[in-house]
Amino acid sequence: MAVKKREKDLTFLEKIYIVEIVKGLSLTLKNMFKPKFTMKYPEEKFIPPASYRGRPVLVMDENGEERCVACGLCSRVCPALAIEVQAGETSREKERYPERFEINMLRCIFCGLCEEVCPEEAIVMSKDYELAFDRRADAIYGKDKLLVPINQLKDRIEFLRSYK
Amino acid sequence: MPKIVIDGKEIEFKQGQTIIQAAKDNGINIPHFCWHESLSVSGNCRVCLVEVEKMPKLVIACSTTAADGMVVHTASEKTLSARNAVMEFLLINHPLDCPICDEAGECKLQDYAYSHSVGESRFVEEKTHKDKRVPLGPYVMFDGDRCISCSRCIRFCDEIAKDPELTFVKRGDRVTIVTFPGEELDNPYSLNVTDICPVGALTNRDFRFKARVWDMSANKTICHGCSRGCNIELWVRNNEILRITPRQNDAVNNFWMCDHGRINTFKFVNAEDRVDGPQIRKEGSLSKVEWEEAYNFAAAELKKFSKNEIAFIGSPYATLEDNYVLAKFTASFGSKNIDFIRHIDSSFEDDILRKEDLTPNSLGAEAVGVKPGKDGLNLEGVIKGIKEKKIKALYLIEDDIVSAFPELEEYLAKLDLLIVHATNFNKTTALADIIFPAAAYAEKNGTVVNFQGRVQRLKPAISTVETDRALDGMSMSRLDKFGTKYDRWAQGHKYDSKSTWKIISALSNVLGNKIKFNMAEEVFDEISKTITAFSGLDYDVIGELGAQSKLQAIEKNVNA
Ligand code: SF4
Ligand code: SF4
Ligand code: SF4
Ligand code: SF4
Ligand code: FES
Repeated sequence: MAVKKREKDLTFLEKIYIVEIVKGLSLTLKNMFKPKFTMKYPEEKFIPPASYRGRPVLVMDENGEERCVACGLCSRVCPALAIEVQAGETSREKERYPERFEINMLRCIFCGLCEEVCPEEAIVMSKDYELAFDRRADAIYGKDKLLVPINQLKDRIEFLRSYK
Repeated sequence: MPKIVIDGKEIEFKQGQTIIQAAKDNGINIPHFCWHESLSVSGNCRVCLVEVEKMPKLVIACSTTAADGMVVHTASEKTLSARNAVMEFLLINHPLDCPICDEAGECKLQDYAYSHSVGESRFVEEKTHKDKRVPLGPYVMFDGDRCISCSRCIRFCDEIAKDPELTFVKRGDRVTIVTFPGEELDNPYSLNVTDICPVGALTNRDFRFKARVWDMSANKTICHGCSRGCNIELWVRNNEILRITPRQNDAVNNFWMCDHGRINTFKFVNAEDRVDGPQIRKEGSLSKVEWEEAYNFAAAELKKFSKNEIAFIGSPYATLEDNYVLAKFTASFGSKNIDFIRHIDSSFEDDILRKEDLTPNSLGAEAVGVKPGKDGLNLEGVIKGIKEKKIKALYLIEDDIVSAFPELEEYLAKLDLLIVHATNFNKTTALADIIFPAAAYAEKNGTVVNFQGRVQRLKPAISTVETDRALDGMSMSRLDKFGTKYDRWAQGHKYDSKSTWKIISALSNVLGNKIKFNMAEEVFDEISKTITAFSGLDYDVIGELGAQSKLQAIEKNVNA
């Protein structure tokens, strides 16, 4: 059996370990008094930065209407086939609106491609990451859950515009 | 034959052909908006400009007649830059509407913008604004902003529908399409303009915004509206038919179909009143049962009647296969009382496509034996027999005899046994003792024979409980390919229906007769072996465009 040679021989001090243990413990001690990064979730919540990609939501404009024109491009681009849009006709200037808009949150992989492709800045990634369900049907979000007032999405929209 | 050279390839052409037509016949596509094979040449869009050696300027391929020895370049530097310039001009006033435009995905302007344009606009001024959402007629909506003034729609009305209804008004960048004063775009072929409009300026009001084209699958089949049997495609999403478009077949319908066929012949397939699973009348009311039970019940009931007490009615709506198996079934009872109901409306016929026979397969039904045998009763005889109570049992497939002969209602109610194959509940099923749910034309394989004696293929476009899109060779959309049963868009309702020939085969087995077929194709193969009019034909020979049988065409001069 071949004997593996150490790359470096240990010094005497290293061999008795005590000094090394003290060094290690003192590092631990130092960190105990430094500010903490962990959080007591769920009592405390993490508020992500604007660049964070939480669940995609639909932008509800100031007038209370969705911006989405039901073009279906997000649905087409979605690599996970999570989005289903059914267009309908309206008398608004842009003649279509989503009669039904559903995202299957079990399919969504939070890639943000829907946000990127949308010609109307109507779907954006939110900061919401709390997604847990105990039934498949609950994971399908309709317009009721997807529409979010624009003032709650301001910093994401600004972030997006700064990259356009 | 004279020859021209296109992009280094020598091709033959017929004297008098234009460059674009000669190229097309040889599989070379020269970009075009306003040119259409079946319309006159207008030459206004200029996107077909090509370079012809020894000609001082570029010429438009759609109106330049090919001449022997011409050398044409469709991809030279000069051609490409001219084409790009034309595209830039066309796009100056075209709105950036693709996301809300139904044409997106099948739009020539969109396609060419990708393939023949640099994709940069130097136009910074305001685009023109015209009327959007103008209903031109009952079925067609016009969007002035999107129109590229190719005049195809105008020429279609003038030349094909023979009913001039559309025209250009104004000039320059204000030019737009209107109907003549007091006129509507309401000719029986009006929706064809939505197919030939190269952009989304003309859209189908019946289909508007229902689906994006890339979410649907296109399934080739035959229209069921009349005995022309126009070749069509059924566009399906989530197991539901959303629209019909015509499919080119020069021997039958060229590029066109009528509005009746397009609007009125598919909605019954996904309608509320579809028969979903076999039904038996128990204590006066119909209730749904298992197939086995329905077969056993039907067999037991049928045995109670002698061959002269029973009559069979085939259907010109059903396929050759269905009618053939029904004729065999009739013979297995020793009965000769078999006929079918004709649905003729001479006001429907015109000299374009529409035929007075409103069914797709009356020629075929008769040819495969749905006609009274020697001393058997024909339709009249059967009706008389029912009234006189000599006929006690009636077996009827895929038709509504009560709607056709309302006076029969009270007599049918008193019949001892009425078995009906039906796709939808109707006045006849209301009286039936047993209803077998028949697969609709969009759910089955089979063939029909049009008025010319041409055999054409039906293929399934939507699946039933017993069929599967992939396994049964239906065309698949992206959603069909990747959907699971947990996805909403893969949960379209499947009806529990079967082809009539299949139901009859199963029933005859319960009765101890040997009519054994597993596939529609087997039925057809037997038809082609036993009936000379169809000899030499099989599903492969018929193919997508159909094949002529030896049946005589029904010719009738409308003006006579
Ligand atoms: S984030 Fe990605 S996976 Fe999720 S819906 Fe949008 S495109 Fe689909
Ligand atoms: S891409 Fe934007 S506008 Fe189009 S359907 Fe999706 S959210 Fe609506
Ligand atoms: S409406 Fe369509 S077919 Fe008619 S001229 Fe305009 S672009 Fe051409
Ligand atoms: S002409 Fe007849 S077969 Fe053709 S589309 Fe109209 S109804 Fe259908
Ligand atoms: S196709 Fe030749 S000018 Fe339009």
